[in-house]
Amino acid sequence: MSQQAANGVPHRGKVLTLDSMNPNVKRVEYAVRGPIVQRAVQIEKELKEGVKKPFTEVIKANIGDAHAMGQKPITFLRQVLALCSYPELLEDNKFPEDAKQRAQRILDACGGHSIGAYSASQGIECIRQDVARYIEKRDGGIPSNPDNIYLSTGASDAIVTMLKLLVRGEGRDRTGVMISIPQYPLYSAAVADLGAVQVSYYLDEDKCWSLDVTEVRRALNEARQHCNPRVLCIINPGNPTGQVQSRQCIEDVIKFAKEEHLFLMADEVYQDNVYAEGCKFHSFKKVLFEMGPEYSSTLEMASFHSTSKCYMGECGFRGGYMEVINMDPEVKAQLTKLVSVRLCPPVPGQALLDLVVNPPLPDEPSYTTFMKERSAVLAALAEKARLTEQIFNTVPGITCNPVQGAMYTFPRITLPQKAIDKAKEEGTVPDMLYCMRLLEEEGICLVPGSGFGQREGTFHFRMTILPPTEKLKVVLEKISHFHQRFTKEFS
Amino acid sequence: MSYTERKKNKTGSTAGVRKPFKEVINVSMGDLHTSGLKPLSFVRQVLAACLYPQLVNSSRLPVDVRQRAQRLLGECVGGSIGSYTATAGIPEVVQRISEFITRRDGGVPSSPDNIYISPGSQWCLMNMLKVLVNSESSPRTGVLTPVPSHCTTTSSIVGLGGVIVPYYLTEENGWQLQVEELQRALDSAKGICNPVALYIINPGNPSGQVQSRKSMQEVIQFVRENRLFLLADEVYQDLVYGEHSEFISYKRVLAEMGPPHADTVELASFHSASKGFIGECGLRGGYVELVNLDPAVMKHIHTLFSTDSCAPVLGQMALDLMVNPPQPGDPSYPLDDMEREHIRKTLVHNVKRVSEVLNSLPGFCCQPVEGGAFAFPRLFLPPKAIQKAKEMGMQPDTFYCVRLLEEAGVLILPGCEYGQKEDTHHVRFCILNPQETMEEVLRRISCFHTQFMREVS
Repeated sequence: MSQQAANGVPHRGKVLTLDSMNPNVKRVEYAVRGPIVQRAVQIEKELKEGVKKPFTEVIKANIGDAHAMGQKPITFLRQVLALCSYPELLEDNKFPEDAKQRAQRILDACGGHSIGAYSASQGIECIRQDVARYIEKRDGGIPSNPDNIYLSTGASDAIVTMLKLLVRGEGRDRTGVMISIPQYPLYSAAVADLGAVQVSYYLDEDKCWSLDVTEVRRALNEARQHCNPRVLCIINPGNPTGQVQSRQCIEDVIKFAKEEHLFLMADEVYQDNVYAEGCKFHSFKKVLFEMGPEYSSTLEMASFHSTSKCYMGECGFRGGYMEVINMDPEVKAQLTKLVSVRLCPPVPGQALLDLVVNPPLPDEPSYTTFMKERSAVLAALAEKARLTEQIFNTVPGITCNPVQGAMYTFPRITLPQKAIDKAKEEGTVPDMLYCMRLLEEEGICLVPGSGFGQREGTFHFRMTILPPTEKLKVVLEKISHFHQRFTKEFS
Repeated sequence: MSYTERKKNKTGSTAGVRKPFKEVINVSMGDLHTSGLKPLSFVRQVLAACLYPQLVNSSRLPVDVRQRAQRLLGECVGGSIGSYTATAGIPEVVQRISEFITRRDGGVPSSPDNIYISPGSQWCLMNMLKVLVNSESSPRTGVLTPVPSHCTTTSSIVGLGGVIVPYYLTEENGWQLQVEELQRALDSAKGICNPVALYIINPGNPSGQVQSRKSMQEVIQFVRENRLFLLADEVYQDLVYGEHSEFISYKRVLAEMGPPHADTVELASFHSASKGFIGECGLRGGYVELVNLDPAVMKHIHTLFSTDSCAPVLGQMALDLMVNPPQPGDPSYPLDDMEREHIRKTLVHNVKRVSEVLNSLPGFCCQPVEGGAFAFPRLFLPPKAIQKAKEMGMQPDTFYCVRLLEEAGVLILPGCEYGQKEDTHHVRFCILNPQETMEEVLRRISCFHTQFMREVS
């Protein structure tokens, strides 16, 4: 019997309270699914219950989810996965031969020929081999070792795993993680959760959100006074900013990381989402190796990819991988051990990834349809990117950088001082006030720039470019009108 | 070379090498499908139709399959399983899980707001441990965990900077938990760490015991008195074989104890689509139900889960199909019932045979496998065997398993990987196999064991 019970003292309060819980978890925020989204869900419920609103639906332009916005799945991918799920369909002549072959090959690699069996924690071996071959092809023949490929539950899982490995130390020696501002808030959330130190470097809004190494150096030097910066994270193409870094920039980052002895984490999940003329995706690995052995044999890095974005948009499958380069073999053994705690990545996601890296070839039956669907998705995104930049830049008070890639626009909004004051009064931040009003008045859900980070005194929002073109035009128009109304109201 | 590395090498190619067996039988993992048992047709048909919605109109699939798929697709944003879902899971699926829980627990209410679906139950558990374990606190956070236990949880606790406080299950008593042992464990933690939670697995893994209601009440009493958070891992709840065993959920026992326990004990119970007859380990679907948690803490738990985006949609659907199988009258019912019955009969038979065979072998003693996926028999190894193992730089039970693999082609795992009392030895193997496989495994083990014991006597 506990001492308290023996003394007859009644137990008061919970075991797990705000005070007793892990303080790091309290610092975790994730704006993409944060308070504004929760309000949006509430409004949707109200609409369903028949509450009258100035709109009939909530448009969720807060999250990079293509299918949610009506984008159709790629036929070939879904056919193979259906065959994997219920192999009796292999006898159905409505499915093309190439789909059946892919399915058979995947099933042969699964325990008991079932996608319901556990796989190895690092991922099914033949799929990792296929991923390595895909990377080699993408990078002009630069070798990729399947043992350096770790399949994961979305890229996010691999990113967090990598950070877990990197974060250590106490006090002034605590690991600092360099991340761009603005950033995708998974990074700040993981840093908070791990109790690491966030070291922010600003992207240059005036130069199309490009990365300037002098700014990264400034951030690094300042950070060295209070922590031990060991990691440099970069998202290319950028989220939320949409910039596609130039090759020169990528070389500069690699040089910098080498000089400053930083582990480079290259988040490349939007690598197929490149729209602007003159922009091209350069994989960090490719550039690294083209810079010669001085860099390619020493720089330690990890690059991340996913099945959630690009032309597939299969967020719900949670498929992804990371490739680690120049990792110390003993550390790699620890990494392999660490991923075993996850048991294994979802096998359907692994299978999907296999298809993405092994699409139909020109002489295969599914090729024509596959390419048609793929091109249509990417062309639509490119058009929507262009349209978004064009329309937003016609609105006084909204400035929009070109959406060179990825799936978002991150325009800067000028807010009147009265609005800024009102936000302060209400205990919120100005761009949250703005976005909440937009949600309540127009039923459009965006994420305030404060959720991603921005220079002090500037305000932004992130909007996806994913709604179907006609709907997107309506959304852009509504935001434009709202902005003008809002500005007028607070002037 | 570690056991795991040795294992990896062995199950790799041994092309052309002569062995007294044709193939290695791997019974090291609790994985129905890998073992050779088949997925449930209804589940796979529904998932196929969700993956490729053209199948919703295909007469090749039974009507109820098509209806179920259509409903599920309608519950997905944009009508596609490729879109993200709400953080806790597809709302209608979460709702149906809460209804299942209420049904299972004889009417005890369950709120969907307290349920989170993740890529597997261990993922949910990891998130809860993240909230409970403060790696920077002094003294460090402790979690009471059973011996034996499966290693993923203990690895997670250690990885988060927590301290394992082991409590020993009583092997001679069918691996049942004695509450006095919980007290001893708690007392042993004084001055070493600050225990905040008690982790319990029921049915046990790897030990296979099913807890009695009385024992569960004692545990609940214990956690309340000692201010511990209760983590109840119940993923094997559908795999119960003992004639006199019955699974009751911790939530139910708690609720039926009434106040003050029912209103105060903080509980997280875990379930999964990986075990049970559905056996969909690779789809990664599991959930946690939280009971009596502080609402302010729940907000942070929600944010933490939100950073994972959401669980894989197929895993969520597997959970839904698990808790809502075809009902009598549904077109798929006869086949589904037959398939489940076949698996159930197979497992009950396997458990019986394991007991018969192993308990007739001198040097083996197997407690009744009342539930779960594994047998965890005790090995009584003579001093010569222990000596040989020492010479090889291995734990005795590891040595036994290595020899079994080399000479009989059966892959099982040593008890030292799960925890056991000092100077005792065990092995763990999966019993979720087709009958022929189980028989072959038992035959090979018997054969090997007899020879081995002769050699080391």
